[in-house]
Amino acid sequence: MIEIRDVHKSFGAHGVLKGIDLDVAAGEVAVVLGPSGSGKSTLLRSVNHLEKVDRGQIRVDGELIGYRRRGNRLHELKERDVLKQRSAIGFVFQNFNLFPHLTVLDNIAEAPVANGRLSKDRARVRAVELLGRVGLVDKADAYPRQLSGGQQQRVAIARALALDPKVVLFDEPTSALDPELVGEVLDVMRDLARSGTTMIVVTHEIGFAREVADTVVFMDDGRVLEQGPPSLVLDSPSHERTRSFLSKVL
Amino acid sequence: MGRVTLSVPRPTTSAPADLRVVPARYPLRWAGIAVVLVLLAQFAHGLATNPGWDWPTFAAFFASGAVVSALGVTLQLTAYATVLGFAVGAVLAVMRLSHSRFLRTVAWGYVWAFRSIPLIVQIIFWFNVSYLYPQLGFGIPFGPVLFTVPTQDLFSPLGAAVIGLTLHQAAYSAEIIRSGVLAVDPGQLQAAAALGIPRFRQFRRIVLPQAMRSILPTAANEVIGLLKGTSIVSVVAINELFYQVQVIYGRNARVVALLMVATVWYVVLTSVLSLVQHYVERHYAKGSR
Repeated sequence: MIEIRDVHKSFGAHGVLKGIDLDVAAGEVAVVLGPSGSGKSTLLRSVNHLEKVDRGQIRVDGELIGYRRRGNRLHELKERDVLKQRSAIGFVFQNFNLFPHLTVLDNIAEAPVANGRLSKDRARVRAVELLGRVGLVDKADAYPRQLSGGQQQRVAIARALALDPKVVLFDEPTSALDPELVGEVLDVMRDLARSGTTMIVVTHEIGFAREVADTVVFMDDGRVLEQGPPSLVLDSPSHERTRSFLSKVL
Repeated sequence: MGRVTLSVPRPTTSAPADLRVVPARYPLRWAGIAVVLVLLAQFAHGLATNPGWDWPTFAAFFASGAVVSALGVTLQLTAYATVLGFAVGAVLAVMRLSHSRFLRTVAWGYVWAFRSIPLIVQIIFWFNVSYLYPQLGFGIPFGPVLFTVPTQDLFSPLGAAVIGLTLHQAAYSAEIIRSGVLAVDPGQLQAAAALGIPRFRQFRRIVLPQAMRSILPTAANEVIGLLKGTSIVSVVAINELFYQVQVIYGRNARVVALLMVATVWYVVLTSVLSLVQHYVERHYAKGSR
């Protein structure tokens, strides 16, 4: 479902991604671990072209992201086409980024209406459905600021699902939350994973990785050091760097 | 062997429940209030008793036909210059925020130029522009001209005033709108982009409503400034409020009374605008509490 091939990216002289290869099959959950500054978030943001890569290719469901190939050249897509591609890729931010001036319901209904996918009424019905899925139907008419961090992130997840994306990307979804609110967000993500959603999750929640991930990816300094099933990467890592990282976060 | 004794100090005051709080006193503050009250009383007394204010004349002209119709011109000038000024300003703001260095530079140049030229100079210039271009031709640039109009028809005194006020206002509005847009959290744009919301709708539905919160107070200042700024166009003999009262006191020499007519009208209109501002701001404050 997601194919990442030899992806490079640098900000100025500073290389952030130094040749990343990663595959996530349909219905699979990949959890990306690694120290801060290792390029995890940049990789995730490249998958929906919030960052342009300097080299390499990213495909989602066979479709090349951000470019069109003609012969040996990659032509940059126009913004309109990039936006269309993004509507197949849900993204959940560390800071939620809900629209503060819209109600919870309108936050979720906005994208399907904007993309001409659903009528306003249908989008609202769908939004209520999704709120049911994250357990917040009673908050439909609240504004984001009236919700706790955990509730806001659950709304943000519902918003990402409103376009029926093929994959959902999570960028440290629990890092901005009070410890006691982390659980409710992870519960929602766990349900999503069980229902067969293809997900890439950047997180520091090792327990979640162990329980939910099909593949755990360990990144350091812009490279994938190792990847494999959680039992392998978490319990008997082959790299010293992975071992020292895990010993610190566990 | 010595013995250590601990003596517990016995409370000499009464039990805490009986303690009363006495607020601190500030005698100087009261002295200040007294001074200001005396000054205000003197001013009010002067307004009521000094015959120089000439309230009967004020009353005679305040709602007279000439003043009210001039008031209409002032309101028209304000309305046109506000709407057109903010429309042009919005285009300039978008240009200054664009990815094209060329468009950014042009918009910057416009703002630089029109903030530098005094409004009064501009208004007299546009009033006289027909000396520069007696005829205006419309057609293909550098190609054939399809039709021409005498410049004077297009730049009537009122037209010249509206153009001057608009171009002046646009430079300021552009900066206000731009600062409002820049004040919106970049995460909002990322979220909108990640959801695939089309660019124009991102601006209209996500950015602008949030930018409005910081745009509005300054924009209201601008509109109020503009309302009073229209008095400057009296230099080209447009029959707006300030010009009209000048004409009247030129005839009857009741300068103070007629200046008060204009002043009170400006105060009334400004108060109405402040009230409108309050309600518009409340509308855009949705979700902030």
